[in-house]
Order: sequence, then structure tokens, then C-alpha cells
Amino acid sequence: MNFTKSAALAAAISLCAGMAFSDTVKIGFIDPLSGPFGPTGDAGLKQFNFAADQINENGGMAGNTVEILPFDNKVNPKESLVQLQKAIDQGARFIVQGNGSSVASAIIDAVNKHNTRNPGDEVLFLNYAAVDPAFTNDRCSFWHFRFDSDADMKMEALTDWVTKNEDIKKVYLIGQDYSFGKAVAAAAERMLAEKAPDVEIVGNELHPLGKVKDFTPYIQKIISSDADAVITGNWGQDMVLLIKAAISSGSDVPYLTYYGGSLGAAVAMGEQAVGSVYQVSEVNTNLPTTDAQNALIDAYEAKYPNNNYYFHRIHMLMDMMDMAAEKSGSTDPKDIAMALEGMVVDGPYGTVTMRADNHQILQPLFVSVFSDNVQRDVENTSLGWASTDADRIEAEDTKTETTCKMERP
Amino acid sequence: MSDMATENFANLAPSNAQKFRMRVLPFVLFAAVAVLIPLFGPSRSAYSLLNAIGINIVFALSYNMLLGRAGLLSFGHAVYFGLGGYAALHAMGMIENADGGFWGSVPVFAMPLVGFAGGALAGAVIGWPSCRRAGTAFAMISLGVAELIAAMGFMFGSIFGGEEGISGDRMNGPEVFGLSLGPIGEVYWFIAFWTVLAALLIFAFTRTPLGRMSEATRDNPQRVEFVGYDPTRVRYLVFIAAGGFAGLAGGMSAVNYEIFTPEALSLLPSGFVLIMTYVGGARYFAGPVLGAIVLTYMQSNLSDFTEAWLLYLGLLFITIVMYAPNGLAGIVAGLWNGTRATGMAYLKTWAARVVAIAIAMVGVIVLVEVAVRKSNGYGEVFEPFGLHLTPGSPLTWALVIVPLIVGLGLLRHLARDEQEAGA
Amino acid sequence: METVVFSLLNGVIYGLLLFMLSSGLTLIFSMMGVLNFAHASFYMLGAYFAYTISSVSGFWLALIFAPILVGLVGAATERWGLRKVHANGHVAELLFTFGLAYLIDEVVKIIWGRNSVDYRVPELLDFPLFTLYGTQYPAYRIFILFVAVAMLVALWLLLKRTRAGLIIQAALTHPEMVGHLGHNVPRIFMTVFGVGCALAGLAGVIGGNYLVTDPAMAISIGPIVFVVVVVGGLGSLEGAFIASLLLGLLQTFAVSIDASFADIFGWLGLGETTEVGRITIASLAPMLPFLMLVLILMVRPRGLMGDRDI
Repeated sequence: MNFTKSAALAAAISLCAGMAFSDTVKIGFIDPLSGPFGPTGDAGLKQFNFAADQINENGGMAGNTVEILPFDNKVNPKESLVQLQKAIDQGARFIVQGNGSSVASAIIDAVNKHNTRNPGDEVLFLNYAAVDPAFTNDRCSFWHFRFDSDADMKMEALTDWVTKNEDIKKVYLIGQDYSFGKAVAAAAERMLAEKAPDVEIVGNELHPLGKVKDFTPYIQKIISSDADAVITGNWGQDMVLLIKAAISSGSDVPYLTYYGGSLGAAVAMGEQAVGSVYQVSEVNTNLPTTDAQNALIDAYEAKYPNNNYYFHRIHMLMDMMDMAAEKSGSTDPKDIAMALEGMVVDGPYGTVTMRADNHQILQPLFVSVFSDNVQRDVENTSLGWASTDADRIEAEDTKTETTCKMERP
Repeated sequence: MSDMATENFANLAPSNAQKFRMRVLPFVLFAAVAVLIPLFGPSRSAYSLLNAIGINIVFALSYNMLLGRAGLLSFGHAVYFGLGGYAALHAMGMIENADGGFWGSVPVFAMPLVGFAGGALAGAVIGWPSCRRAGTAFAMISLGVAELIAAMGFMFGSIFGGEEGISGDRMNGPEVFGLSLGPIGEVYWFIAFWTVLAALLIFAFTRTPLGRMSEATRDNPQRVEFVGYDPTRVRYLVFIAAGGFAGLAGGMSAVNYEIFTPEALSLLPSGFVLIMTYVGGARYFAGPVLGAIVLTYMQSNLSDFTEAWLLYLGLLFITIVMYAPNGLAGIVAGLWNGTRATGMAYLKTWAARVVAIAIAMVGVIVLVEVAVRKSNGYGEVFEPFGLHLTPGSPLTWALVIVPLIVGLGLLRHLARDEQEAGA
Repeated sequence: METVVFSLLNGVIYGLLLFMLSSGLTLIFSMMGVLNFAHASFYMLGAYFAYTISSVSGFWLALIFAPILVGLVGAATERWGLRKVHANGHVAELLFTFGLAYLIDEVVKIIWGRNSVDYRVPELLDFPLFTLYGTQYPAYRIFILFVAVAMLVALWLLLKRTRAGLIIQAALTHPEMVGHLGHNVPRIFMTVFGVGCALAGLAGVIGGNYLVTDPAMAISIGPIVFVVVVVGGLGSLEGAFIASLLLGLLQTFAVSIDASFADIFGWLGLGETTEVGRITIASLAPMLPFLMLVLILMVRPRGLMGDRDI
């Protein structure tokens, strides 16, 4: 009896000790922190740090402190693997990355290999923005979760918009010359042919990633093609410069974008882009939401006055990871991965589900338009993103068929 | 008379003991170090660093076949590194997909040989037009070719893989020496084996008549022509060999990182190998080895301490170009020879110079570190040894200006002393 | 038709910017035999200086003072850096400028940050000048054209009509002889280096807000400037001018052409779906300058108008 008691006491003490001296959960953040896509990566890092601080203030992740370790990969897949190795060497068991499907592809490969070669020392890759559909289809992996809607899901929303607007008869596609840009163009061609066979694609242009400094020649091609709308998946500097050239050349057709909210784009667009630039995303800060969420946005923008609350999905990622840790009572990557599968969360903008069959998030999407009549502006311009109820796509409706055959360890 | 002359020549030739000390011993030591390192149980990050060093040693040695030996300044050596690496990755892909047959019996361990073949082939094709000229024209052609091939890399997706590059898996095919090549500790043995072997082969190359002729072509191409050799041909052959060894390093890199992207062919890595070789010392065989070790260490570890490591690298490079054209190896050799010739006096002035440089460096480091933190805008403060150095505080500026003045003044003083002693 | 007109305009503007950069380099290269790797870094410095000056006092002062500042930095580089290395030969000089380019890159990153800065076109010139075929044409581009032409004329007058210009011209081809005649050749070198860098700085001032002002701007344009100098030929400003326009037009036109290899070589049996057939002319644009460089060096090492081999 006495023995059992003391044993229980010892166990309790060791448990408490385990809590008190708990490990830090290190999350390796691998994204560009310099170069043409530096601002995009930096914005992501700020949001990760903010989310980590919040979790730490509320008692940490299953009692552990969360720490973000930033690594600059210059959007180069090989450099990313060097940095991935460094992150793992420094004790990161979770990797987050988003900018560049080329990079995500290399990381998925490397993480899979690492996990087969180092059993018991697995690493989990949480992808917050690389949206090549292949990652949750043919190339899906148990060690990869995507917290952003993929290129096809977003293209469904944009092509629906084109179909609804009957004046649009000619569409111009322009994108970056790599897997993501190609996926966007392919999806647009496929879906437009299906939904609106009378809409003609008058141009399909791919330009080098991050190397074009003057988009004017491309814009002049767009103007002379008489396009009624432009669809682009450009992000980072490529988005900002494309819009800058479009504005200065007076191209006033609707620009349907994935990442019109890229940092710096709003300043480049200015008044002239009001009503003609659209973006499809999981959030715009003018959506009706809970008080808690509004407070969160306020706190974020107060802390980083030069940035806007843009990557809502980063908060979803961190929150869901936190919940998975609570649910499984562990911060082991494998346990967290198991707990994430099929997780349903009541998010501030609607219900969010992590699909178990291919690790793709299902979240509501919004097509928002750049507007001068907004409550919350972006980049201190008095302009911002607005949408109506009609522009909301329910999470369930974004679901696509998957070819994934998930292999679980 | 004639007997005496023969005798003198005989005396000039190195004795067996000298031969052993100069030619065999360094390689024995090098191999011994490589074998002994794992006994200390290095961590995973140490292994990562060591593997990167091994690859860079071979790459820099191959570059020095051009720069140091043949006197050819190339801005496109990474092309051969990259093409060799791509060749190795494609071969790894074939091993992965092979059901028996030829590729089924090729071990991944042999990939550096595929890299060598790829690099040498590329060298043979590209070298043909480029090697007709030396000097600036050669440098410019190498630059143009590098940019061309790098741009092509983004165009031919099936060969170079576009932005994503080509990935492979090293854990396929038959095992050699019982190495599965899975864990990084096993890859270390692979890298060590090829580094030592390649260094040995490159050294052997410098002893061949062709290696000797390449040095002669560097020093006086006209005279080479007079004695009946064709400098263009000599350059061309050396170029092929250098391309081959660069490709070998690329093959090592392919197995270590299992990925290659078109950036690997571009100007940046070419510039880095140039800096590695020159900082190490192009005149000495061991120079590039030293340069590869120091710069790879800086690249992977110094970059964790300070974001401005590239600035320090630039400063180091410019200082070496201006004041020590024979590189780190030249400094070490100078120290060794000087101490042996003039004893402690030399060591003393040398030590004084080191102290002066160290003092000046304090100023530079404080300035750079404070500036970096200010420009980042995260509000971080440089706090060495418990000091609190903000951009505004007078202490910061004192720590910048005083050491700079003292250090540079001391250096000037030493230089003047030396001049007077020399005169 | 509209494609031709716009490509012509844009190509000429880009070409003139290239000429501003390469004219200085041609002078330096011909006279001192140094291929200045850091030349594009001075272009970058011009843009950053202009950004800082214009945020304090407006664009027009920046237009004047930024190039002067860059010129002073250049002259100082020659006086206390390059001249010291000169004794060690051309390779050492080349490596010095190579290291300098690295250094300037890093210093720029520390002072102005790793990302692009918001250096904008002055408001006075930020309006569409005319509309052609439904496309607005920004006034600032025409302003670039004017500045470039003004610089061209000034440089021509300086070289052909002044005594200093005559000495410089002589030093371009026969530096030793000029020295024997009693001119202070090191000072001429320093002046030319400074002026060359100032011209690059001017290109940075007007190009930085037209394109992008970021720490990568030097490395992205640097190699192209080399191409201009080599293709134009040693010792020939005319050659550099022709090469600049040629490259500017070539690259702009290539972007605007939609044809692919399959369209052009289809008669040879090249399929639409083959990898070579899918390559478009537009995607070749970044390669063209280097193709030209390699070809020229192999076929005509003295360049278009040069008077001697490199």
C-alpha cells in the first residue's frame, strides 16, 4: 500500500518534472527571407512568431514552449534541403514552409527519405502555402499536411466568377514558369473548357520566376489581345510588378489573382485598381467574424504596423497543431500527424476540416475585390479587400476528388 | 667540368626522405585524419559539415588545376560541377528503376565516376571553343557559357528539371563496403573515400608531363610553342581533366544532397569556388584544401552567428587579393619558412601583425554587427561579453573608432619598420 | 503593328540605359585593361543613393548629387584599392573588383535591407504621356530617353571637343605614350574611373525607379553590361552604343514574339509537343546576350567596332 502510494507519488513528481522541464517544440521555418520573395517570407515568419507567442502565453503546446527557427532558402530547392538538414540537426521535428511549390516538392521528398532512414526520429512537414495539387494527389505523403486550399480549389472559385460574368469572353493567363504556375494555367484551361466553352483563352504566358523587372511588354501583349479578364497565380515581387505595370499602362480589365494580397501590391495598385483586382483566399480582414478574431487582428497589426493580417492559415496551422498536441498528449510528429487526420475545427470564418484521405484542408474560400469602401485597410492606403455573402464558397464545396493512396506507418 | 655539373643536378633532385616528406606524408596524414574523425563520434551537424567540406575540397582542387596550374581564370567552373551532378542523378534514377540489367548492377557508390564522365564530356565540348584564348577572353567566354547553360537549365525540363530540379534516392542498387548510404554517418565514408582518392589523383596529375606543361603554358605560352607544344592543346586537355574532377565533386554532391537545381550551374557557385581557391592560395597544392575547409566552415557555421558573414567573406577576399596574393597557404608557408630562416625575430613581427589585425577587426566587427542589427529592425542589440552596444551609445562608437585607429596605425608602423629593415 | 512600335520604344529605352552603364565600363576597360566586375554595383549604389536623397529632398537633387557621390566612391576605389593591386597584374585587378562587388552587395543589404526599397518615379513625371493603340505610355519612360540622349551628347562633346577628351582618347589606345608625353596617367585613370562610375550611378538613378531597386539589381544586370562591352569592342564607344541598342531591342522584341520553335522549324518536322518544339522565342530572351558574347569572342574577338582583341 505504502509502496503503491510512493510509486504513484514518484510518478506524479516525475510527470510534473517532465512538465516543468519540458522540451521546447522547435519548428523549422524554411522560406525566403531575402531576395525578390523576401518580403513574402518575412510576412509569414512574423505571423508564425505571433502565433507561437500566443500559444506560449496560453501555457504552450501540451505544456511545451514553442520556438520558431527561421532558415532562409532563397526559394531554391537545393538550398532548402541544406537548410532542412540544418533545422533537423538543431532539433526541429516540425518543418513549415509555403513559398514555392518547387521547394515544397523537394522538402516532401527529403522528409519522406529522412523518415524511412531515421525511424524514431521522424519529421513532419506542415505546408502553409505551396498549392501544387500533386502534393495531395499522386505525391501525397503521410508526413505532409497542407493548410492552404490547392491551386485547383482556388481556380474553381475564379472560373465560377468568370462564368457568372457574361461580358467576359476572352481570358488571358499569365503565370510563373514552374510547377505552380503551370498547374494554375492547366487548371484554368481545363475548368474554363468545362464550365464556359464559349470563353476563349487569348493568351497563355509563363515568365521566369522572380527575374522579370519590367512587366510592361507582357502587359502590352495583354492589352493588344483584347482580353476581358486576366487570371494570374503570381505572388511576391512578380505579383507587385505585374500589377504596377498594368496600372501604369492603363490596363483596366479585371485581374483575377491568387495572391493580390501579396505585401506591396496594394501600394502599387492604388486608387486605380479599385474594383478591378480580385483575389481568392481563405480570409480578408473585412469579413464578419468573432470579437476574439477581431481582437487578434488588431493585436497583430498593432505589433507589426507595416504588415497586415494576411496568412490566416498560419494561425489555423498553429492552432490545429496545438489541438493535436493536446488531443494526443504528445508532441511527437507521428502522434501529431495521427491526431491531425480528420480533425474538425470551428474556425472564426467557418468550419475547417483536415481531410484524412489526402491531408488537404477544407476551408471556406472568398473571392474579394480591391475596394475603397472598407473598414480595415491594407498597407496604410485606405484601400482594402471586401467581399459579399455571394462571394463565399463553403468548405464542403471546395472538396475535389483525390488520387491519393495514403500509406500510413 | 661535366662531372661537376651532373653532380650539381643530382644534388638538386629531392632525396628519398624529402620525397616522402613532401609527397607521401601529407596524403597519409590526410587519409588518417579522415579515418580518425568518426572515432570522436561527431554529431549529425558535424557530419553534414564534413561532407560539404569533402565535396568542396575536390571542387576547389579541380578549379585550381585551371587557376593555379594552368593560369586560366574561369567564371563558369560550376557548369562542370553541375553537369557532372546531373549526370550522376540521372544515373541514380536509372539504378532506381532498373530490374537487373546493367544499371541494376551499378552501385550508387560509383556515382562520382559518372559525374567525372559527365564533367569531362562537358569540358571536352565547351572547352573546344573556349581554350583557344587565355586571359580575359577566356574568362569572358567562361562567363558567357555559364550564363547560357544556366539559362538553358530552366528550358530543358527533362534534363534539368526546371525550377524544381532533379531529385534522386541514394539507397538503391548494390551496396559497396557494406554501406547502405542511408544515414549521414555512412555517407561520410563515401565522401571521405572519394575526397582522398580525388586529391591523390589530382596531385598525380600535376606530376605528369601534361601537368608540368600546363604550368609552363601559364608562365610563358610563347616559349611552350617554341619547344614544340601547342598551348591551346595543353589548355584543352587540362580543361577536360579539370571539368572531369569538378564533375566528380558534382557526383559526390548528388549522392550527398540527392538533388540538383539549375542554380547549381550559375555564376554564384562559380564565384564561390573561385573565392575558395584564391583565399586558400592558388600557388600551393594544399591551398584550395585549406580554402575549402575555412570557407565551408564559414558558410555553414559563421552564418549562424552573424548574418553579415558574406561581408566578412568579402573583406577577407579583398584583403587577401591586396595584401596576401598567395592566400592562407601562402601565409602559413611564409610563417614556416620565415621562422626557419630568421628564427624568433620573424615570429615576433608576425605575432605583432596578427595582434594589430585582431585589434582592427574588433572595430570592424562591432561596426558591422551593430549595423546589421539596426538594419534588421527587430530591435535586437549586439551584446558581446555582457556589453550592451546600441547604435546610439558613445561606447559603441568608441569601440569602433579606437580599435580601428590603433590597429591600422600599428600595421602601418610595422610595415614602415619592415621597409626600413629591408632597405 | 502596335507590338512593333512598343517594342521599339521599350527596346530603345532599355538599350540607352545599358549604354549609360557600359559607356563607363568601355572607357575603363579600354584604358586600364580592367574588366570592372563591380561596375554594376556602382549602378546599384546610384539607385540607392538616389532613393535616400530623394526621400529627404526630392528627386531632382538626387538626379544631380547621387551620380556625383557614386563618382567619388569610384575615384576613391581606384585611388586606394585598384592602384595598389595594379602591380600584381590584371588577374589580381579583376579579382579585386570581383571581391568589391561582393562587398558592395553586402554593405547595401546592411544599410538598406535585404528586400527592395520603395524608390518611386517622381510625382511630376508620374502620368501617362500619350495613349497609343489603347495602351498608356508613362511619361517617365520618355524622360529616361531624354536624360540618356543628353548624357550621350555631353559625353560626345567632352571626348571630341575638349582637351581633356583628347588626352583620354589618346590614353584609350596608347596609355604608355600618353605617360611619356608627361601627362599624369594615374590621375587620368582615377578621373576616368570616377566618371565611368558616375555614369553608371546616373543609370541607377533613372533606372532604379523604372525597374526595381533591390540588392540583386547589380548581379542581374552586371553580366549583360560585360556583353555590351565585349560585343561593342575595346576602345570604341560607338561600338558600345550600337551593341547596347542591339541588345536592348533584341531582348524586348524576343519577349513580345509568341512563336515557338515548333512554329519556326515545323517544316523540319519539329513537333509541337516535343521539348525543343515547345521552347518559345520569349523564353530565349535572357539567353540571347550570352549567346552573342560567346559567338563574338569566337568569331570576331575584337568586337563589332573594336580596334584590338581582348
